[in-house]
Amino acid sequence: MLAERSHLDWLESEAIYILREVAGQCQNPVLFFSGGKDSLCLLRLAEKAFRPGRFPFPLLHIDTGHNFPEVIAFRDRRAAELGERLIVRSVEDSMRKGSVRLASENQSRNAAQSVTLLEAIAEFGFDAAIGGARRDEEKARAKERVFSFRDEFGQWDPRNQRPELWSLYNARVHPGEHVRVFPISNWTELDVWQYIRRERLEVPEIYFAHRRPVVRRRGLLVPVTPLTPPRADEAVEEVSVRFRTVGDISCTCPVESSAASIDAILEETRSARLTERGATRMDDQTSEASMERRKKEGYF
Amino acid sequence: MQPLRFATAGSVDDGKSTLIGRLLYDAHALQEDQVAAVERASLRRGAGELDLSLITDGLEAEREQGITIDVAYRYFATPVRKFIIADSPGHEQYTRNMATGTSNADALVLLLDVTKPLLPQSRRHLLIARLLGIRHAIVFVNKLDLANYARAAYERVRRELEAFAAPLRFDSLVCIAGSALRGDMVVERGERLDWYGGPTLLERLESVPASADRAAAGPLRFPVQLVSPPRAGRPRAHPRAYMGRIESGHVLAGAPVVALPGGRTTRVRQIVVHGAEREIAVAGDSVSLVLADELDLSRGDLLADPAQPPREARSLEATLIWLGAEPLRPAARYLVQLASRRVAGKVAEVQSRLDIDTLDERAVEGKVVANDIVNVRLSLQAPLFADAYEAVRCTGALILIDEATNQTVAAALVR
Repeated sequence: MLAERSHLDWLESEAIYILREVAGQCQNPVLFFSGGKDSLCLLRLAEKAFRPGRFPFPLLHIDTGHNFPEVIAFRDRRAAELGERLIVRSVEDSMRKGSVRLASENQSRNAAQSVTLLEAIAEFGFDAAIGGARRDEEKARAKERVFSFRDEFGQWDPRNQRPELWSLYNARVHPGEHVRVFPISNWTELDVWQYIRRERLEVPEIYFAHRRPVVRRRGLLVPVTPLTPPRADEAVEEVSVRFRTVGDISCTCPVESSAASIDAILEETRSARLTERGATRMDDQTSEASMERRKKEGYF
Repeated sequence: MQPLRFATAGSVDDGKSTLIGRLLYDAHALQEDQVAAVERASLRRGAGELDLSLITDGLEAEREQGITIDVAYRYFATPVRKFIIADSPGHEQYTRNMATGTSNADALVLLLDVTKPLLPQSRRHLLIARLLGIRHAIVFVNKLDLANYARAAYERVRRELEAFAAPLRFDSLVCIAGSALRGDMVVERGERLDWYGGPTLLERLESVPASADRAAAGPLRFPVQLVSPPRAGRPRAHPRAYMGRIESGHVLAGAPVVALPGGRTTRVRQIVVHGAEREIAVAGDSVSLVLADELDLSRGDLLADPAQPPREARSLEATLIWLGAEPLRPAARYLVQLASRRVAGKVAEVQSRLDIDTLDERAVEGKVVANDIVNVRLSLQAPLFADAYEAVRCTGALILIDEATNQTVAAALVR
C-alpha cells in the first residue's frame, strides 16, 4: 500500500491538510487565483479538500490591467465552471484612488499589485490569504513558513517568523493582520507539471508553444506588445515560444520552445537549463534581493 | 517513492554550505542562472574558483551581516527519489533552529571536520536530533583533502563519534569519508579514497527509510480537522463526513474506532478520498470518514484505535523547548495546540533543566529562556488526547502559543 504512494500523492495529501487547516483555523480566508499553473493546482487541491461542499473561501485576482487577455478569459471560465465566487480588484482602481502612482503609463505594474492586494485584504477583512508560491522559486521564498504572518501593513519580517514545527500551524492574528498560506511550498516546477498531467488540468493556451513577435534583450525574449514596444535599435523576430510563468505582460518573458503538449513541457522542464524565474522575469533581475524587498512590502 | 526529508547540521566552518552546494551541483540540481549568479558572486568576493558555499546564500539581511537567520528549504530529485533539505544554521539560536528543521525530518546529515576533535556543538546536534525522534543519522566526515586522504584520520573521528552516539540508539548511523570541496564521496566517489568502501552521501540518502513507514505501523490516530455536514434532504447520498489526515496507523472500511472525547465506539462506514470510496487509508493520507453512528464530533476531536487509545490528560509531563524571545512566565495562561485540538493551559511546574551537552537533568535556576530545554508538567483547562512522543509523533507533539502576542513560544514532546 505504502509503496504505491507516489511523491505526488504525498505532496497532494500535505497540501489538502494545509487547506483544511486554513478552513479550520481562520474566520475569513481567501485564495489567490490568477489563472496561472500554480493557482490552477491550488483549485484542484481545494476541490479534493472540500467537495462535495463549496470552497470555504472566495477566489481573488489582482488584475494589473496588463494581463494576457487569454489568461483573463481562462480565469473567468474556470471560476464559473467551479461555481465559486471570484473577486477581481484592479491596480487601475488604486491608480484612480491615488494609492498607486506610476512614473510612466507603461511602467511595470507588477510591484504596484502589492498595494491593491493589501487594499482588497482590508476591504473584505480577510485574515488568511492562500497563494501558490513555492519555496523552490527563489531564495527569499526558501525561508518562508507555510503559514507566514503579515502585520497590519502587510509586511513580512524574515527575522521574526513564527517557529513552525511538525504540522502544527499557528494562524492566529489580531484584527487587521493576516497570514499568507502556501499549500504547495514543497512543490517544484516539475512537480506542478507532473500534477497537471496526472489530474488532466486544463491550462491557458500561452503555456504551450506558439509563434510570437519578440526582441532579444539581456538574454531574455521580450514579447512585443503595445505595452512593451521594441526599442529603435532592436530587431523584431517571430519565434516559437511558450510561457513558463504567467504574470504581468510588462515583466514576463516567454522561452523558446516547440512544446505543444503537457508531455513535451515536462520533457523541457526536466532538461531546462535556467530556473523558472531566471528565464522569464525582468523584475527579479534588478538586484539580488528584489523578491525579498517586494515580499517585505506585501507582495505574494 | 516517499520523498526523503533530511535536516543538515554542522559546527561553524565544518563546510556545511559547501557540502549542500556540492550535492546540488553534482546532482545537476542547479540551473545555469543559479551557477552564473554564484560565479559572479565568487568573482566579486575574490574567490579563485567557483565557491559552492555561495549557492545556499540567503537573504539580504544575512549577506549584509554575514549570518544565517533561519531554516531554509531546498529541493532536488534524482531518478530514485525526491529530497527536501531543511538547512538549519549551526551557530546562533541553534537549538531553536535545529528543533524546527528536524521536527519533520526523516534523517539527519551531520557534518564533521576530520582535522578537529568531536566538538561540543556536534554532540548537541546529535542529541537534539535524537530528542526530536530522528532515527537515521548520516555523518559526513569532511575535509579529508586537508588530511592527505589518510584513513587513520577518518577512523579516529569515526571511533570517537560512534562511541558518543552508541547510547543514543539510532536505528542507523552511517559514517562517510569525503571532501565536499573536492567532491569526493558526495555524489561522485572521486579517485582519492579507494580505501573507503561505504556508500556516497547520495547513495545513502537514496536508501534511508522514510518515517511514514513507521507512522503507518502505529495505532490509528485521526484528528478531525473539519466536519462536512449532511446535505439537507439527501443525508444518505451526502452523509456527515469527518475530514482530516490519518496521522498514525491505518483504517479499514468497517473497522471499529473510538471517538474522543466521549469514548463512544462506532464503525467506519466509508472512507472517501476525493469523491471515490476506498477500502483502506494509511498514515499520511488526507481523507473523509463517514461513521456508522451519528456522533456530534467537531474540529479537535479524535478517532482512534479502540484497542490502543491515547491517554485522556488534564495534566501532561513533557520535555519543552523554549522558542520565545521573552522568557517563560510561570503564572501565565498559554494556548496548548496538540494535533487539531487547542486548549488553554499553563506550565504548572518546571521540574528540571536538560544539559544540552549530555541530556542529563539538572536543577532549575533562573528563568526559562530561548533555546532552553526543560522538563515540565503542563496543566490543562480541558483534556488533550496524548501519547508519548517516542511512540506516536502526532499526538506526542505540541506547541504553546502566547494568547496576547499570538507568537508560537514553545514546542514540547510528551513523555
